[in-house]
Amino acid sequence: MTELTRLPAAELSDLLAEREVSSVEVVRAHLDRIAAVDGAVHAFLHVSDAALAAAAAVDAARGDGAALGPLAGVPVAIKDVLCTHDMPSTAGSRILEGWVPPYDATPVARMRAAGLVPLGKTNMDEFAMGSSTEHSAYGPTRNPWDLDRIPGGSGGGSAAAVAALEAPLALGSDTGGSIRQPGAVTGTVGVKPTYGGVSRYGAIALASSLDQVGPVARTVLDAALLHDVIGGHDPKDSTSLPDAWPSFADAAREGAGADSLRGVRIGVVRELDSAGFQAGVTQRFHEALELLVAAGAEIVEVSAPHFEYAVAAYYVILPAEASSNLAKFDSVRFGLRVTPPGGGTVEQVMAATRELGFGPEVKRRVILGTYALSAGYYDAYYGSAQQVRTLIQRDFAAAFAQADVLVSPAAPTTAFRIGEKVDDPLAMYLNDVTTIPANLAGVPGMALPMGLAPEDGLPTGFQLMAPAREDARLYRIGATLERLLGERHGAILDRAPALA
Amino acid sequence: MSEITPETVEHLAELARIALTDEEVATLTRQLGAIADSVAKVSEVATPEVPATSHPIPMANVTRPDVPGPTLTTEEALSGAPESDGSRFVVAAILGEEQ
Repeated sequence: MTELTRLPAAELSDLLAEREVSSVEVVRAHLDRIAAVDGAVHAFLHVSDAALAAAAAVDAARGDGAALGPLAGVPVAIKDVLCTHDMPSTAGSRILEGWVPPYDATPVARMRAAGLVPLGKTNMDEFAMGSSTEHSAYGPTRNPWDLDRIPGGSGGGSAAAVAALEAPLALGSDTGGSIRQPGAVTGTVGVKPTYGGVSRYGAIALASSLDQVGPVARTVLDAALLHDVIGGHDPKDSTSLPDAWPSFADAAREGAGADSLRGVRIGVVRELDSAGFQAGVTQRFHEALELLVAAGAEIVEVSAPHFEYAVAAYYVILPAEASSNLAKFDSVRFGLRVTPPGGGTVEQVMAATRELGFGPEVKRRVILGTYALSAGYYDAYYGSAQQVRTLIQRDFAAAFAQADVLVSPAAPTTAFRIGEKVDDPLAMYLNDVTTIPANLAGVPGMALPMGLAPEDGLPTGFQLMAPAREDARLYRIGATLERLLGERHGAILDRAPALA
Repeated sequence: MSEITPETVEHLAELARIALTDEEVATLTRQLGAIADSVAKVSEVATPEVPATSHPIPMANVTRPDVPGPTLTTEEALSGAPESDGSRFVVAAILGEEQ
């Protein structure tokens, strides 16, 4: 039998259902893998000491003949932005070091109810601000493909854990690309659902009108299976959509089995197919398009003229919302408290606490957001950015009138070196040029591996975007493309370094 | 060019309740100026007839039935507090000496 840590979640589920393996065996294999490689990768901030007991409970339930969901007994890693009642939840920040929330985030509660077994909490840029995981207060995560390179961000820990075979599945959150860009640079699959498709209850908020929790996996079907578990209406989140969602796993299976893509219109976004991207990324993207054409799809070039303003609008809206959301870290209800020498008023305690508790990127964005929202500047920055958001939504509406899905590279380059951009915030912000538009418009997006760049042998990612509420389309077409790419390139993660 | 000076950064930091070192003020003055200049391009296309979007998928008047449900206990609510007296959060003095 193939080693357990290499199997996709869907195959583990089948083996578990057939009682070929126990959840305890599967979880133990992953804990052993974490022990062997995480010293080098540093994907995890906390490894659960309750995982084996949770696995044993699922095995016992199965032994008693209980009706279990498809992922029962499968282990999962959880981005540290999500509250877990039994593990620290720090969002990568010193200000929340050691904080154990008194409740579970809804996606976590739903996973536990479905029998998934949390392995631990994964590293991230502090409060999800970053594209490299270098802004974690607990040190960077390393890309399993090359330990000197970044795993993307902010959810570099979740992507690296899945790529390094430490977990078959993980949860992420995506505010401007924090699931999809790490997916692209680690050779994994990541999905940002439609805004409101997955509850944000218990996800430590970065920018509330942009944040969305979603699945990280090694296959499109695995992402769909996890999305089916965590998605759906939650009365605890007032932005949660009350829609009835189709089975995304069914959509992925249908796509994987499809003989042809005849009748499917694939829209290539001219503004996201830039000459400025790394040559190997552009090459693999165009090869993937050729595969889609060979399968019968129609390629349509679409223009989204306002996408060039997306990064600017995002870096107004995000800091503005973040500066408000992070006001809760006031040294009163949770987390760190720093009292200045000789004591101080509550305001002085807050200022000292936030000086020590926040890292440089968080300070930069909170102060930028405070500036963008201040009297005299509000209209020019925040007001204008919200208008750009309308223009970008209109661009999407026009493009989706011509195409069923929109496509682009998921990231402009392969993984860059640790330290290369950390002191240049503007260069760092441009990593998300391809992913930010979907967040501004609330539409779903998926990144899936499209082969290794010829010049550096590192993973590249293909992005699919669908209209709001049409996440199933991503899974259907994504699974077809995944099969076509697999026939061409093989399973690319099999070519990743062994690490141990 | 933006109008961000060291005094602007110090004022914003005070509003945001973040104490900064002089070195941080200098770095942030330079960086925020560059970022503000870069993002100012949003005003190029924001003509008056374009409405603002604050939320990608608007939902209005989201309510739930007013039925009591489980809530955190006092102990749970205070469990993460840096300081509490068992039933309340304890904070430093709210008023300065001159007040």
